[in-house]
Amino acid sequence: MKNIRLRKLKDLLATRWMLSLTVFAALLLVVIVVGLLNKAWPILTLQPLNRLLFSSDWSPMREEFGLSAFVLGTLWVTVVAMLIAVPLSILTAVYLSEYAPNSIRGLVKPLLDLLAGIPSVVYGLFGLLVIVPVVSDIAAALGVSSNGYNVLSGGIVLAIMVFPVVISISEEVIRTVPHGMREASMALGATKWQATKLIILRGASPGIFAAVVLGFSRAIGETMAVLMVVGNVARAPSSVFDPAYPLPALIANNYGEMMSLPLYESALMLAALVLLVLVLIFSVAAQVVLVRLERRYSLG
Amino acid sequence: MDRRVLEERFFKFLMMAATLVVVGSLIGIFVAIIWKGAPALSWSMITETPQGGYYLGKGGGVLNAIVGSLYLALGATALALLLALPVALFLQRDYIGRSRFATITRLSLDVLWGVPSIVYGAFGFIIMVYLGLRASLLGGIMALTLLELPIMIRGIDEVAKRVPQEMKEASYAMGATRFETTVKVVCRQILPGALTAVLLAFGRGIGDAASVLFTAGYTDRIPHSLLDPVASLPLAVFFQLSTPIPEVQQRAYASALILLIIVLFLSIISRIITRKLRKNVIR
Amino acid sequence: MDRNGPHISVRGLSVFYGDHCALENINVDIPRQRITAIIGPSGCGKTTLLRCFNRLTDLTEGVKITGQVLVDGEDIYNRSIDVTQVRKKMGLLSQKPYPLPMSIYDNVAYGPRLHGLNDGTKLDQAVERYLRMAGLWDEVSQRLKSPASQLSAGQQQRLCLARGLAVEPEAILGDEPTSALDPISARRIEEAFVELKTSYSIVIVTHILRQARRLADYVLFMYLGKLVEHGPAEQVLNDPKEDRTKAYVKGEIS
Repeated sequence: MKNIRLRKLKDLLATRWMLSLTVFAALLLVVIVVGLLNKAWPILTLQPLNRLLFSSDWSPMREEFGLSAFVLGTLWVTVVAMLIAVPLSILTAVYLSEYAPNSIRGLVKPLLDLLAGIPSVVYGLFGLLVIVPVVSDIAAALGVSSNGYNVLSGGIVLAIMVFPVVISISEEVIRTVPHGMREASMALGATKWQATKLIILRGASPGIFAAVVLGFSRAIGETMAVLMVVGNVARAPSSVFDPAYPLPALIANNYGEMMSLPLYESALMLAALVLLVLVLIFSVAAQVVLVRLERRYSLG
Repeated sequence: MDRRVLEERFFKFLMMAATLVVVGSLIGIFVAIIWKGAPALSWSMITETPQGGYYLGKGGGVLNAIVGSLYLALGATALALLLALPVALFLQRDYIGRSRFATITRLSLDVLWGVPSIVYGAFGFIIMVYLGLRASLLGGIMALTLLELPIMIRGIDEVAKRVPQEMKEASYAMGATRFETTVKVVCRQILPGALTAVLLAFGRGIGDAASVLFTAGYTDRIPHSLLDPVASLPLAVFFQLSTPIPEVQQRAYASALILLIIVLFLSIISRIITRKLRKNVIR
Repeated sequence: MDRNGPHISVRGLSVFYGDHCALENINVDIPRQRITAIIGPSGCGKTTLLRCFNRLTDLTEGVKITGQVLVDGEDIYNRSIDVTQVRKKMGLLSQKPYPLPMSIYDNVAYGPRLHGLNDGTKLDQAVERYLRMAGLWDEVSQRLKSPASQLSAGQQQRLCLARGLAVEPEAILGDEPTSALDPISARRIEEAFVELKTSYSIVIVTHILRQARRLADYVLFMYLGKLVEHGPAEQVLNDPKEDRTKAYVKGEIS
């Protein structure tokens, strides 16, 4: 008979090891926030927070680190992206879950997974090759002068990147709405579309909302693809045909200079922290909604 | 009556159009990258490192980036798996299951999944400086491990959650300890799903640029130690794209196509493996 | 250790899931090497009682257990007792067959390997012996290494029986072991039980009265968490003393 004490010892040691790793995993988010805060501290103590966040004066050489142009840049690109992505995603999700024949669904879903896995730089290259020239043509047709490196290009590329997230979550949420609702309304003589409207509006909208919010948070943090097509000019955009300079691009483009001025590094770390906080707010909001939904619909 | 039917037809049309746009953009990406990348791909492109400097040198290929990316992604994925598996298993009902600790941890990990990779790069940079490291393979692996960790933990967790409680009870009923049940039964049952999560994380690791930007450096050589800087395919695209020299640009296009092929390959492999490993009980 | 008295003795056992009382003050002796059937309407606590015998109730969150369960005279809920040893003494057959995610051979060998049997030949012999006892050997002897998931439900349940026997328990606990099976497989399992009772004490939970009539030597009738009546099968099933038992046996409550 194998030694019981040895087996119990293995069990105990394994449990201790798993516990400590899990504590580490649970604390990781906190550690990252603290780490960034630590590095951003020098500039936070030197300049008031509202000047950092709301001033549009970004001149590192003169020690002016106003981030508002970048925050606005991020918001512009993200909003444009979501305006494009949300209607298209919801329409696609409804089609896939309610109307599409199994063959099409079986084809499109793996494609979406593939889309989700494509690296950011590849999207950026695609943006450069295809989107930027097209947008430049559109601008010319509208009589606006733009070389194509602007908010609209960034928004379009970002929208394509956000599709898989919003579509797959929305589709799942729609599918979990109980069949009873559909059948009941169709039994009363409604068309399939009317039944679908009811389902979306009533049953699935919190989940779809969460999917959109999650999409938002992904869009905010997306770095490389946007960087390559958005123009990177440190001024708040005033139209979709203006270039912008989102926060992630700011950090990515200037990491080399970080070494020279300690205050510069601090400012960039602050930018990263602001980015993290923005993403956090959206992420947590989405997660809370999703968890509530999971509890409502699943059997635990 | 007519109005309802018209409305339905209208929206049906919209929906199909939307789906077409989504699918079309994917196809567009493939077409564009293949169009530019295929002519750039050659045997020498994938077997040679850049000659004369990666930014200006006309000769050579992207072997530095291919090998570099593999080193980075394999290292990070292995390390992440080592850390993720115990955590994912610990989150199960056998251990801390429904406790608030588990809920908070899962929430925190879900948030981490959405954290932009550039933040991981910045944080990885902070750690590197703290440890006195320079931009290197090790630094890149550290940043990528952090990036992959939430993906892997939650991926494995989702599969492990689905293991039927009765199956575990059958093991307990025969006198197995919790550890034995977890290793001998749960791990077998989750194998295909866990592998999918690993491949997903690996794909993320090999394609990510922002996190390795500060931490891994770049070079035209193949690293010989963990402390050497290392090239990567995403950065190969990024750095070599804006050069005035066409041969260098070719390397960027080739890198992009190679990345795309890798992603496609991973996707197919993960489906094949999942199907092959379905020996277990599917309920 | 007392090997002469009843195999399992329950003394003042009460089980609470949070505030809900699942079992209230159960007192009964389970006879040795007989088939005991626990019957009663759904929700009466029969499965809970069964799971107390091998301490599977420990795995439920928020459970509180008071009282004693004595196996061969020793209280298995005593702090100093090792729960894995308790479980080794009881083989469990669940309602739905749950083979482990491995080959047929490995399923049966799981228990013995856990408890230290590593010798290849001895394992082979053990696997064959228990598969024969469960009545499955002839059907699988040619494909022992193939995955257990490929067996039919009836075969899987017999595999689970073989698996449970392989840890060399003293008692076999069955939680509605045939209710998910087709009639032929169900009969096979019942035949196996009849053969096995010469060496093992068997306790089955069942909601099929006819099954209880066919198999049971001793019967426990439970209702709403209380043990209403127990005694020899003849008496409880044909001439019960309690009104509620009478009502159930006649099919009035279910």
